[in-house]
Amino acid sequence: MSSPRGPKACGGGAADRQIHVLAVDDSSVDRAVIARLLRSSKYRVTTVDSGKKALELLGLEPNVNMIITDYWMPEMTGYELLKIVKESSALREIPVVIMSSENVPNRINRCLEEGAEDFLLKPVRPSDVARLCNRMR
Amino acid sequence: MFIYTRPAYQFCQVVLQGYLDEQFYQLEELQDESSPNFVEEVVTLFFRDSSRLVANIDQALQKYPQDFRRLDNFMHQLKGSASSIGAAKMKNECTSFREFCNKENREGCLRSFQKVKKEHAVLKQKLENYFQ
Repeated sequence: MSSPRGPKACGGGAADRQIHVLAVDDSSVDRAVIARLLRSSKYRVTTVDSGKKALELLGLEPNVNMIITDYWMPEMTGYELLKIVKESSALREIPVVIMSSENVPNRINRCLEEGAEDFLLKPVRPSDVARLCNRMR
Repeated sequence: MFIYTRPAYQFCQVVLQGYLDEQFYQLEELQDESSPNFVEEVVTLFFRDSSRLVANIDQALQKYPQDFRRLDNFMHQLKGSASSIGAAKMKNECTSFREFCNKENREGCLRSFQKVKKEHAVLKQKLENYFQ
């Protein structure tokens, strides 16, 4: 039985067609929180601690329905990850959401212009996750 | 179904004293039968990271006292984690520290950091009591 993607049926879906979210954050605390937030909405979640690892995983498993990434990370920022994803023919259709603890309008605009689906301010709330529901691939 | 394993008043006490804010309550709300120790797990992760960051900042203040960018970088991480668990007082002290960093005020940083460490220690004690 297929489930409609309307507001009532929002969420990760049944096990056989569970929506898979890749969460990228160098903070272990934030990874734990975002994973729990997403899993409580029944999404399947994989967490990694860097943009580099995110790209490695995406290379192996392209069936990711959304990427949610922290902005400020050492070595590769969330913005840089976003750019790489959007420039890749294999990955560009995957919606990317950026998270940041800082409310910097220029930063937000730059990310949205680069193709980010949404920009969430940390700490992320259940209402933020609910909002993402309709943006999954 | 939300299973409350500790008295609600205990939580309220810590919140009322200003140590923890709404965000901590949000974490409590995420705890359920499928993730029964979620809050404790997150708090444990927090103290593991924060202890490391506090030590890094201590060392940086000694070894690289003019490297405000490095100090700010560490404090940005510490503040972020504090914010994620709802550690309101500690977060505020972190903000003060970053303001001194911005102004490249070493004395201010040193004073402010003592406050950060103090809030960190008090929070640790409060949360240890809370989880007993």
